Amino acid sequence: MADLQKTPLHALHLSLGAKMVPFAGYEMPVQYPLGVMKEHLHTRAKAGLFDVSHMGQVIVKGDSYAAAALGLETLIPVDVADLAEDRQRYGFFTNDAGGIEDDLMLANRGDHVFVVVNAACKAADIERMKAALEPDLTVTEITDRALLALQGPASEAVLSAIDPRAAEMTFMDVATLDLNGVSAWVSRSGYTGEDGFEISIPAADAESIATALLAHADVEPIGLGARDSLRLEAGLCLYGHDIDETTSPVAGALTWAIQKVRRPGGARAGGFPGAEAIFQEMENGTARKRVGLLPEGRAPMREGVMLYADETATEAIGSITSGGFGPTVGGPVAMGYVTSDYAAIGTQVYGELRGKRQPLKVAKLPFTPANFKR
Amino acid sequence: MKYTEEHEWLRAEGDVYVVGITEHATTQLGDLVFVELPEVGDTVTKDDEIVVIESVKAASDILAPVDGEITEVNTALAEDPSLANSDALGDGWFFKIKPSDPSQLDDMMDEAAYKEMIS
Repeated sequence: MADLQKTPLHALHLSLGAKMVPFAGYEMPVQYPLGVMKEHLHTRAKAGLFDVSHMGQVIVKGDSYAAAALGLETLIPVDVADLAEDRQRYGFFTNDAGGIEDDLMLANRGDHVFVVVNAACKAADIERMKAALEPDLTVTEITDRALLALQGPASEAVLSAIDPRAAEMTFMDVATLDLNGVSAWVSRSGYTGEDGFEISIPAADAESIATALLAHADVEPIGLGARDSLRLEAGLCLYGHDIDETTSPVAGALTWAIQKVRRPGGARAGGFPGAEAIFQEMENGTARKRVGLLPEGRAPMREGVMLYADETATEAIGSITSGGFGPTVGGPVAMGYVTSDYAAIGTQVYGELRGKRQPLKVAKLPFTPANFKR
Repeated sequence: MKYTEEHEWLRAEGDVYVVGITEHATTQLGDLVFVELPEVGDTVTKDDEIVVIESVKAASDILAPVDGEITEVNTALAEDPSLANSDALGDGWFFKIKPSDPSQLDDMMDEAAYKEMIS
């Protein structure tokens, strides 16, 4: 794994007994000695600490917040400009065909927009922003900060023991907290469906902060394996799998993220790549849709399993894009795309597993109820 | 006990052999979440893929260690695949097989040789 980058917590992962794997160009912990199943259940019961330092942290700055926000709105079909100060929102970059180039989080930090993007896409994302926005705005990748995610119902108690202001934040609030003298950019968010925080801290302080959080009896380190099963149960998309440059926000069931003001008739309608294609799909529907899928048997159905209308049909109606065992559900869970005729909740479809057609039902997402502090 | 290169163990019980996978294998696989066992009475050939196991990470197969007939399967394991993680050499057994050519066991490893292989 010589060519892989390391996060500031690499040595800590090794000392905690993590099994390291290559992921998006980084050497990352896939699991710790607790194992994927227990790590998953622990996060939903108490709290888990994830190293997400591989993700891209970017500051977009101009003469004012509005200038930076309006610049980003030329690339992102969400309402950035009206986002209140110290609030965060989900979004995505689109392409001219209306496909999704990456999904992201953006926050209003008063005089700039703080953007967090996926590790695998960050170079392209930064390039895209620089090409479109500079020199009017500056696009700066933050490479000297680690990013931690503390997730689970005990997260508030754990973090507010270090800075009590953590308890005053609600879902998608952003604040600068003082964690043992370290200035931390904190958002009350995450990607597990649980309450929790994402915490950006200087790389030099990452190990001491992580160690302080792990010192709490309720906190266990959690690897990428459980991160994946947690986000899958929460119905959240993994970029490159559940959404990609060929899936539009409409097909990806993400139109909720496009606020009214950016839709036809809105004050700042369109003006982002692929607006016409996306509006046309919002009006007329799409050929396929992302749905939740619950295998009726016990066998997990994973990414790539082809879906059929019945046990004998020769033409597939879709495929699974994420699937596995859901430890909290206690059985297999999946999501994927089906042609829109088969997208209604409760529709029975069949997945081909080891040459046999096995039934699944189109199911409501998320599989586990979201547990956010609203 | 006999061991195969596929990380199976075989324990003699009269003229049948109880077959499971080693702790080393279950540790590598991670938490098992699904096990599909053969049918009692199946006649199998060495290296046939007769069991499907799925861990939290991936699917894999278990091969028939010898030619023979399946005489019993561990239905408790199909109900609770985690038995293979918690008690690989005991309650986590997979199936019992009656070898048709017991000489196929001669080439298998003993415990010391298996430990050497995984070290």
